[in-house]
Amino acid sequence: MDLFEYQGKEQLRKFEVPVPEGRVATTADEAAEAARGLGGRVVVKAQVQVGGRGKAGGIKLASSPDEAKDVAGQILGMDIKGHTVKRVLVERAGDIVSEYYVAFLLDRSERNYLGMMSAKGGVDIEEVAETDPDAIARVHIDPLLGISDFHARKLVFGAGIEPRARKGAIAMIPKLYNAFVGLDASLVEVNPLILTGDDRVVALDAKVTLDESAEYRHPTFAELKSAHEVPEQERLAKEKGLNFIKLDGDVGIIGNGAGLVMSTLDVVKAAGGEPANFLDVGGGAGAELLSNALEVITSDKGVKAVLVNIFGGITRCDLVAEGIIDAFDRLNMQVPVVVRLDGTNAEQGRKMLQEAPNERLIPAETMLGAAEKAVELAHGGGA
Amino acid sequence: MSILIGTDTKLVVQGLTGREGSFHGKRNRDYGTDLVAGVTPGKSGEDVDGVPIFDTVAEAVAETGANTSMVFVPPRFGADAILESADAGIEVIIAITENIPAMDMARTVNYIRTRGNGTSLIGPNCPGVISPGKANVGIIPGEICEPGPVGLVSRSGTLTYQIVHELTQRGIGQSTCVGIGGDPIPGSNFIDILEKFEADPDTDMVALVGEIGGDAEERAAEFVKEKMTKPVVAYIAGVTAPPGKRMGHAGAIISGSKGTAEAKMEALGAAGIRVGRNPTEVAEIVQELRG
Repeated sequence: MDLFEYQGKEQLRKFEVPVPEGRVATTADEAAEAARGLGGRVVVKAQVQVGGRGKAGGIKLASSPDEAKDVAGQILGMDIKGHTVKRVLVERAGDIVSEYYVAFLLDRSERNYLGMMSAKGGVDIEEVAETDPDAIARVHIDPLLGISDFHARKLVFGAGIEPRARKGAIAMIPKLYNAFVGLDASLVEVNPLILTGDDRVVALDAKVTLDESAEYRHPTFAELKSAHEVPEQERLAKEKGLNFIKLDGDVGIIGNGAGLVMSTLDVVKAAGGEPANFLDVGGGAGAELLSNALEVITSDKGVKAVLVNIFGGITRCDLVAEGIIDAFDRLNMQVPVVVRLDGTNAEQGRKMLQEAPNERLIPAETMLGAAEKAVELAHGGGA
Repeated sequence: MSILIGTDTKLVVQGLTGREGSFHGKRNRDYGTDLVAGVTPGKSGEDVDGVPIFDTVAEAVAETGANTSMVFVPPRFGADAILESADAGIEVIIAITENIPAMDMARTVNYIRTRGNGTSLIGPNCPGVISPGKANVGIIPGEICEPGPVGLVSRSGTLTYQIVHELTQRGIGQSTCVGIGGDPIPGSNFIDILEKFEADPDTDMVALVGEIGGDAEERAAEFVKEKMTKPVVAYIAGVTAPPGKRMGHAGAIISGSKGTAEAKMEALGAAGIRVGRNPTEVAEIVQELRG
């Protein structure tokens, strides 16, 4: 789960990472009120989970509460790369002497934690990594040992952070690490980390990604999640225990297991089709889950055909067939559904599908054949 | 021979008294795996279908000589169960449990690796391991496999079944199939398993099934190029996955320009590894290479 900037900063503050004083506003009046409370010059920042909001006009300075109201009015409701701005963060604006980059993340390859720092902050770090890899200092941290001060020094000196910022940065880095571990995050990224005119080192932005598997030991996760808007179809899917991601095409996809579903998307695309979604029913899906999956998929009226690709392990193909037949009875589905079953009880499942009276239910022998058929049907080919 | 599990495997299931644990434990036993014990704290003296239950893994090892464990406990107890097995001297730990917090795994994996006494951890969030005709530990359906010379290693579950199925249908059997799981911090990665296949006299060729996210496939490609004599055929799922969308597995996400299927296929290709565009093509390439 990715946090909004204001949420990330709230969490970092709990671990004593210095962040600017700020308040969240959902209306222009609230923004004016926040500016008044903070006093002086403020910056009004769109709260969206997409990069490039500054360029899009989502970050503006204001020197009075009235001006804060004006700019908040402009930013709220703005569309930034498909994300509607529902909240702004109003922060006290400070002077910026320098901008740096610092982050902690899970290092999948090394199977430990990775700290990264660069004196080139405020820009896309991946670009820095490509054009000037030596500008990024890296340090691996053993999860069993945790952070030691030398790790912080290695980052700060390695990145060539200027002398007047060193003390603040070396003090801040272990706090950021504590936040990373304490929050069960997979990423805490501060870009930019700034040096102010009075030599303080402050996190001007915060990107925090939490590991949802650790939700059971973090009561705050549920609350943080409630600020996130989930599209209706995804919400419905989640409620029904399905792993669903909306895509842009017209071939609905249902499968069991993330890898197999990804592979199914690929073969549909290779057959000339465009997948409408990723939907994984998981392991051991029963009839009801399958029926629900079809309901979620066909609630998107852009879907012209559905492909069900199941390889039964713990999942029983006879139950899958039962669920599909039930969905036809229950939902008055008009789109054709191509079904490919293999694995546990596949014979039985195939027989049930064959005997079902519905002409829009089309059994297929192989994964590739099923993909081709579904694409043909989505393009208006006869069943 | 085969890798990780075989006729010498003596299996203890952590969570054998649970619904899933007993279902799959018994299925593994029916396949021919030597299921010697179960562990559920507080249930010592009970049995599941004749298999004795112990309070601790150490006790199960002392009483039955168990050398392999399968972890089937709820996620919040997952890391602890793995550590308990490692502590008890279990040689191969296969963790099926899904949704263990990544930081629990970071600590657990590093503990096991730095102890350096050769314990292999497979998973978590994986379908397990099968050495066809010898032993099955996990949830891979045994009936789709056949004994033979092809080793298979995969980050995915059902996609593995699909490829095994395609191989078996062509009369090509498998030495061992290993599901390393879709988590960000896996106990074993591709290289750990490729090393074992390279050393296994019964494996002639390896099929590697990867997916988007991370750089495990790129690293595997380098390893194959430098260290392996046996041919490797690969498949990467997620060619059409859009960046920033997590495709089910916690590890399967393209962040920025990294982790794309294209980059992985390119790295594999550059290492002389043939890459199939779909599961069927993977099996066809294996068949072609076998002549």
